Formats: sequence, C-alpha cells, structure tokens
Amino acid sequence: MIRYTAGRLASLILSLIAASIVIFAVIEVIPGDPASFMLGVNAREDTLAALRDQMGLNDPLPVRYLNWVTGLLTGDLGTSWTYKTPVADLVADRIWVSLPLAIYALTLSTLIAFPAGIIAASRRGGPADVTIMGATQLGVAIPNFWFAMILVLIFAINLRWFSAGGFPGWEDPALALKSLTLPAIALALPQAAILARVMRSSLLDMLGEDFIRTARAKGLSRRQALWRHAVRNALIPVLTIIGLQFSFLLAGGIIIEQVFFLPGLGRLIFQSISARDLIVVESVVMLLVFTVIVVNFAVDLAYAAVDPRLRRRA
Amino acid sequence: MTLLGVKNLTLNIGPHPILHDVDLTVEAGKITAITGESGSGKSMTALAIMGLLPKGANTTGTITFEGGDLLQTSEPDLCDIRGNDIGMVFQEPMTALNPVHTIGSQVAETIRIHTKASKTDAMAQAATMLKRVGLDVPPDRYPHELSGGQRQRVVIAMAIALRPKLLIADEPTTALDVTTQARILTLLQSLVNEFQMGLILITHDLAVVADVADTITVMKKGRVVESGPATRVLTQTQHPYTKALLAASSHQPATREPYASQTPATPGLVVQNVTRTYPLPRQTILGRRAHFRALDNVSLTIAPGERVGLVGESGCGKSTLTRAILGLEDVQAGTITLDGDPVFTGNRPNLTVRRKMQVVFQDPYGSFNPRHRVGRLVSEPWHLLETKPPNGPDLIAQALTDVGLTPSDADKYIHEFSGGQRQRIAIARALITQPDLIIFDEAVSALDVSVRAQILDLIADLGTKRRLAYLFISHDLHVVRAVTDRVLVMQKGRIVEDGPTAQVYDTPQHPYTKELLAAAPHLPDFAEV
Amino acid sequence: MKLSFYIGAALTALFLALAALSFVWTPYDIQSLDIPNKLQRPNATYLLGTDQFGRDILSMIMMGARTSIAVALLAVGIGIAAGVPLGLLAAARRGTWLDEVIMRGNDLVFAFPSLVIAILITAVYGASATNAIIAIGIFNIPVFARLSRGAALPLWERDFILAARVAGKGPARISAEHILPNITNLMIVQGTIQFSLGILAEAALSYIGLGAQPPTASWGRMLADAQTLTAIAPHTALIPGCTIIAMVLGLNLLGDGLRDWLDPRLRVDRT
Repeated sequence: MIRYTAGRLASLILSLIAASIVIFAVIEVIPGDPASFMLGVNAREDTLAALRDQMGLNDPLPVRYLNWVTGLLTGDLGTSWTYKTPVADLVADRIWVSLPLAIYALTLSTLIAFPAGIIAASRRGGPADVTIMGATQLGVAIPNFWFAMILVLIFAINLRWFSAGGFPGWEDPALALKSLTLPAIALALPQAAILARVMRSSLLDMLGEDFIRTARAKGLSRRQALWRHAVRNALIPVLTIIGLQFSFLLAGGIIIEQVFFLPGLGRLIFQSISARDLIVVESVVMLLVFTVIVVNFAVDLAYAAVDPRLRRRA
Repeated sequence: MTLLGVKNLTLNIGPHPILHDVDLTVEAGKITAITGESGSGKSMTALAIMGLLPKGANTTGTITFEGGDLLQTSEPDLCDIRGNDIGMVFQEPMTALNPVHTIGSQVAETIRIHTKASKTDAMAQAATMLKRVGLDVPPDRYPHELSGGQRQRVVIAMAIALRPKLLIADEPTTALDVTTQARILTLLQSLVNEFQMGLILITHDLAVVADVADTITVMKKGRVVESGPATRVLTQTQHPYTKALLAASSHQPATREPYASQTPATPGLVVQNVTRTYPLPRQTILGRRAHFRALDNVSLTIAPGERVGLVGESGCGKSTLTRAILGLEDVQAGTITLDGDPVFTGNRPNLTVRRKMQVVFQDPYGSFNPRHRVGRLVSEPWHLLETKPPNGPDLIAQALTDVGLTPSDADKYIHEFSGGQRQRIAIARALITQPDLIIFDEAVSALDVSVRAQILDLIADLGTKRRLAYLFISHDLHVVRAVTDRVLVMQKGRIVEDGPTAQVYDTPQHPYTKELLAAAPHLPDFAEV
Repeated sequence: MKLSFYIGAALTALFLALAALSFVWTPYDIQSLDIPNKLQRPNATYLLGTDQFGRDILSMIMMGARTSIAVALLAVGIGIAAGVPLGLLAAARRGTWLDEVIMRGNDLVFAFPSLVIAILITAVYGASATNAIIAIGIFNIPVFARLSRGAALPLWERDFILAARVAGKGPARISAEHILPNITNLMIVQGTIQFSLGILAEAALSYIGLGAQPPTASWGRMLADAQTLTAIAPHTALIPGCTIIAMVLGLNLLGDGLRDWLDPRLRVDRT
C-alpha cells in the first residue's frame, strides 16, 4: 500500500510540474510580451515598464517560471493588474462558491445515479430498466446551462420557490445552500445520467462474471449476489468516471455560475479575460488544474481501497 | 442408495433444443462421470440440477433429490439447497473467485448464509476447511495471490464447507496442469469417501473418467448415448459413438519412418546455453529488482528432419523458448542458430533464417485476423520472400489441398471454419514457405478428441512427405508420444530430460519426468478392442 | 436493427440536411434586423418565431447547425488524426518509455477540461470558432489515444499478431494491416459519441462567449441572447435548447445502434 501510494504521489507531482509548465508557456511565453498584450497598443511607456517590473518580465524565462512556482507554493499568486489586489485574496473569496457547488453537484449526482444504475441493472430488460435508460438517454443530451435556464424559469420565475440568482454568503449556511441548490441540480442531473449508465453497464459486466455464478452456487439469491459480489467490483470503473466528473463539474460550474450570477471563479475568470488580466487567468487556471489532478490522485487511492490487486503485500 | 435421479430431462433455451430425455442417477459415496465432446450438454445438465439455467430456459421431466423434485422447487428453497445440500465446482479457477474478497471470507460466506454461525465461527470453520482441502496459505489472502491449483482448492472448500450430500464438479481440472490435476482428483476422491457424498464429475477427458469414475454417462448432442458401471462402459462398449470417442482418445498415429534421404550437411537448429530472465516488480522502492529465470541455461538441437517433442507444465518456459527460437525475442545469454545463422538479429529480421521456420499456435480462434480471407491469411509468410511467387494462387491451392481442404476455401473468411479446420489452415500457413522447421505450440490442445486425432494424423503425415523437422510442444504427454522421435522434458526453465521418446516414457530418469508420467491420467489398453 | 437506431439516424440526417441546405437557402436572411417583428411566437410566417431583433429563428437554427456540426466534426477529426496513431504507437511499444510518455501526456491533457483549454486559448488569442475547434479537438486526442491503445493491447497478445511477426512483419506494418482494421468499428462508435459531446461543448463555449463570434450564428449564443427573455418569450430559449437535445440525442442513439451492430463481441463467431 505504501509503495502504491508513493508511486501515485510521484505521478501527482510530475503531473503538477508538467501542467504548470504548459500553463506558463501558453500564458507567458507564446504571446511574446504578456505585458504589452495586457495593456494593449495604446499603453503608456511608464505603465508598461511598471507592469513589466511587477511581472518580473525582465528576468530570464527559467527564473520567471521558478518565481511563479515558488509563489504558488507559498500561496502568493501574484497581484491582479485590474483589481490591484492579491490574486490569492480574489480566489479565496470565490472558491467558497465554486468548490461547494462542485461538491454539492457531485453528491447529488452520485446519490441519484447509484440507485438508478443498480435498479436498472438488477431488472435488466424490465419496465424499470427501460424507463431509467430512456431518462438517462435524454439526460446526457441536455446542455446543463440550458437546463439551468429552464429551472430558473420554472422554479424561480413562475413558482418563486428559489431566487433566480446571486449568492448571500455563508453567514447563513441554510440560505447559502438553498441558493446553490438550483445550480447544483442543473449540474448534477446530466452527469447523473452518464454515471447511472456507467454504473448499469459495469454492474451487468460483473453479473456475467464466473464468480457471480460461484456465489449463486453457494446459495446466494440473485439480490444477495448482486449486492455482495457485483456492486463493489463494479465500483472500480465507476470511480474513474466520478474522478473525471469532478473536473467536468468544476469546469461546468464556471458556466452555470453565469446563469445564476454566482460570484465564483467563473465570474472572476471571465472578467479577467475581458480585462486581459493574464496574471489572474494564469493562477486560476493553475488552481483548477491542480484540483483536478489532486482529485484523480484521490481516485487512485480509492481504487486501492476497493481492489486488493493494486495493494502489494509488504 | 440413490441420491439424485434425473428422469426424462428435456431442456430448451428459447427455440433451441439443448437436452432430450436425459436420465441420470447418482449414488451416495460414488463418482458418476458425465462425458462427451463440447456441445454435448454436459454442463447444461449440471446447471439444470443446480437450478441455475440461463433466462428463457424451459424444462420438462423430473430431477428427484431427497424426495423432492428440484424442477418444481421454488427459488428461495433452491437457495437453501444450493451450497448446503448440493455444492458445485466450476472449470475456470482463475475467474471463479471474487477478486476483491479474501479467500477465507468467501469460504465463510457459504457457512454464514446457511447457518447461524457468527462471523468469527464461520471464519474459523473456513480456515479448517481450507486446511482440509490441502491449502497451505493463510485465509486472509486474496485470490490473485494464489496459483490456479490453489484457487481450485478454495472453490472446492467453498462447495464442501457444509458437507453437501451431492457435489457437482464441472471440468474441475481441465484448466490445470497434469500434476495439479492428479492432486485435485485425489482430493475429490478422498472427500467422496470421507463425507459419503455423491459426486457428478463432468469432463471431456476419458482418461480422467477411466481413472476415477464408478459409473459413466456418455452424452452426445444433448442425449445420453450410453451409461452404466465404468468397467462395463469401458470394456464392453456398446454405442458406436463411445467406441469412436475411446478410439480417438487413445489414438496413436501409426509410426511412420521420417522422410528418408541422405543426411544433410546442415546442422539444423542449435540452442546453446540460453538464458532469458524477466525483471520482477521491486519489492521495496529502492530495493534490488529480482529476476525471474524463464529459461535457465537451455541447450537443445533439432537435426534436419527430426521430430522432437517438448513436454512441460504451464510456466515452465515453453512459450519463452518458442519466441526465442522464432527470433521474436532476444535472450540474455547463449546462442540460437539455424543452420549456423543466428535467429535473432535485432529489429531487422534476417529473412533467410526466418524463411526456414514457421509456427502453429494453440488457439484456433485467435490465430487469424478475422478481417482477412483465408488466401491472404495462408500466404502471409510470403512477406519473408524478396518477391511474391508468380504462381501464388496455385501455391495457396496446393497448400490448402495438402492439409485436406479445398482450393475454393481461399476465398472464405475464417469464421466459416470449425476449430479443426482452422488448425488445418494454420498448418497450411506454416507450410507455404516450405520451411525446414515448424514449431507446434500446443497445436492440438484446444481441440476435441476426435478432431485432435485427425490433426495428429495430418502432422504425422507431413513428416513423411518432405524433409520437415518439428518441435512439438505440449503439456499432454500422450500426444507427444504419438508424433515424436525424441522428447525433452522441461521444468522451471530447465531441460531436465532429453532422450528417444520410447526410452523416456518407459524408463524415465529424472524424478520430475517420473512424477509427470505417474500423474497423467491413464486410459486402459482394453479400449482398443 | 432497433427502432432507436432509425430514430437516431433520421435525426442526424435531418440536421445534416438542414446544415447543408443553409448554404443555398434559408427562409430569411439572418443578417438583416426586423425590429417591428421581434419576439414573435411561432406562426405561419415565422415557423419557429423570431428573436429580440426580429430575426427568423428557423433560419438561425439552420445556420447554427452548420457551425455546430463543423466545429464538432473537425474536433473529432483532430482527435482521431492525432489520437489513434498515438494510441497505436503506444500499444506497439507497450511497456517502453515511449508508451509511458504517451500515456502520461494523455493523463496530463485529461487534467485540462476543454473549457479550461478554451479559456487559456481565448485569454491569449481571443474567442473564435477556430479556438473552439482546437479546444475541443485537443480534449478529444487522449480520448482516442486511450481507446485505441486499450483496444490494441489485447490484439497484440493474440496469436495472429504473433503469426504476422513470424512472417517477418514489423510493428508499423502490423499496426496498419492487423490492428487498425480490427479497431475501426470501435473508433466509429466513439467518433459518434465524441461528435455529440462536441455539439454540447460547442454550445457551452459559444454560450459563455468563447466560441463562434457574431455574425456567425450558433445555438449556444442564441441561448445566451435568450437568457434575459425567458419570462416574456420562452420560445427563444426552448427552441434552440430542444434543437441541441434532438441533435445530441440523435447522435447518441445512432452511436448505440452502431455499437450493437458493429461490436464483434455481440456477434457469433462460430460455425
């Protein structure tokens, strides 16, 4: 287990280094002079010089990269050129919207998909299976941002059960959760449809395995064999999808925030793009990618918990 | 005492008839063998008794067990019977166990479902049962840490944990090596005696049947063609199909003199002190890598026209040796030459050497690209020639005729052929470049006995029509004896015995050869009558 | 062949036909504004109604189909053209450092959702349909690379590959002659799936302004325009939304049908 974890950890660190190099190259190397890009053609010489100085553009590339990475490691994400505040502060305010939204949506998606997938697989070909599969077929085809607009139309504008947008802050957690509920549903349902399909097909694969027949020969009923022997084995491919979904939910959240006017990372990143504030874009993108890589690391560890073949006896 | 009585069992799955009027009786404390070739309905009979038939199955007739009719028993009651009164062991030990649970807990599960035993009690009983079936690994191991034979012991422990009255074993040793097979069969026999169980042993292998069965039921295409006490069925065989099966099982191609000619000047294949190791995963992060010796100082020669057998169990290094001789993989030490030229020449194969060698593989279903026609498949080795022969279609037709097929088969796709026909096509492919040496890598192991006999005849024939040397690799001592002049025995990457075939079989020198010969199930000679 | 396959094929054909038709004819010119006729509900003159500038929604759907299909199809093309050779190469060199580098590279790209790639590109080069194609296309590369490697690996263990090696064929030739034809079906099925995902991704990118720019019509931007109008003119949001769903649903049904039809595991390979 230690060996396995160490291996995954090494891979995590390598991935982070590689990702940071890619982001650094796209933002700071490919445009040529990021400072004049940010300020546009009509920039004054002294403003340009000041920005160059702030971004450390006068240093050689490796030094700039190392400075940036050292900053990231110590929590210094640079200072936004447009907001004139540390990026770390900007991010800190907003991540408490984006991250809870992604986790909320993932929870919903899992809670819906697991029972749906298991019911469909255990009643393969029956009316419940056909209904669930039909619903998921539709679910995967729905764009989440459009679904969000429809939810607003029905539940906020017509029924007035929820507010149409905005975020009241975490002073009142119940209110905060309530304002994240519609966005989370909009994000979760299409993902739940995908997850339920994976869960079903993975379970059906397992139900065809020899060891299920062995379990039945021991005297387990169909249902007992499903729960004791198929579900846990079926989790292995399902975990992969959950890991991938987290990154989709985080990214999808950026879009959904637009529909609900939520002050999350999405808003920050779009404002920064239109203001050409590369410093903010670079750090926020790195943060998103960092989160995805860490989640995948967690999924790898979860694999080992589920599948003893990955653990090596010491 | 009659334990189980199957009467007029007829089974259809959907529109397909599977079994017709099958009758079977099983006595307590006796071994009843069901035998027959693939598709005979052996396994379906077993699943019908277990009540585990696939969806859409329709049965008529009766299966009487303990005074009740299993076909009329409700599913919850069947669940109580399965594992408790009737246990079952399956063919494929590698997949029959759930990979994410420990072996102890999987055995304990049988106990926990049917009794009120606490978790600790069940685990303790499971540990005892694992010891009883001769397993010497702790119960907290996972299936992937065990060998095939060990896993089969776990499956048996699971099936007999509650001392069922009836045990059904469906091809329990088919996936195992002969020495392991012998031990598992001995275990099953001792369990039958100890628990006074009835055992239904399903196997295609008549030698196994002859070794252990008390009564024999022979099936063909869903019908029982013959049944009765083992000695009677084997000595006073009545049904022509049973006779044919027995003849095919003990079939020995008539000894043929190899293609006679003056001794050629070339030395043939020479393998000298070859060692091939594979690195094993590191045990600790910075620890030294251990190496697995797949081939350990192996030396052998095959003279032109010589027919050599190689016998060994799985993992002994046979496949590695095949790849090394074919020049597909390099070796760490030693040399392999064919007529003096090295077979391995880095990334660019030496075509002159490669042209002289061909191979026939075990699996008739995996040996061909399903998307190419037979003509293209057979002529693939022409890639080894500088220019394709101008009379290509004629040569393909000739090669197909040589192996007993027709020239028009060249336009068909491989899925139109049966397993035996596919092996003929594989042999045609091997012959197309007129090689000096062919390696038969378990080439008849996947075939039913009657087909196997035909292919063995074909191989024996080849050596008489042209000067062809071959290396016939098999785990089955019986078939090697039939078609070779000299035999090598391989164990753990070493060649432990090398001598003329008859001599090795009659007076084996090495203890391992002796063990192999003793373990091989034996079909008595009276079968030839 | 199941009914759902025919529904999928029909829906897909319908949108391809609409997109093709838009090159020669649309009911109205979508460049000209007609403010007096704005926000009309669907009626005999405007079959699907008009938007806030009085443009005909049916015409915009047709033009948008062109954008969606072009972006998604090109993105699938990028994925296949780069991903399949990479996957085949990794499989041919399995277990070597090259395989490792390719697979690690794939993992790395997976850490960048296509939206994040689009953000990176847009931040530096500005938004455009081309950038959407690149962003979605890059994301498709590891999908096809992984799939083709995964499908090729078990083939490399098959005896017919060994027979080809015995016949003196090298890895490149074996990949082209024996591996590729046996994974083509799988790639076609995955291609339809990535096509449908590409339609969704294109809609999302143009919705947040990172995709096709005005005056190019796109379904995603029609939805962005409709967002503030849902209460007074719900059809402006419902119609493009249902269009996207129909197109994606059609492709998915088609893909499922193709899988059932082409997947060799479901076909009987015995005589």
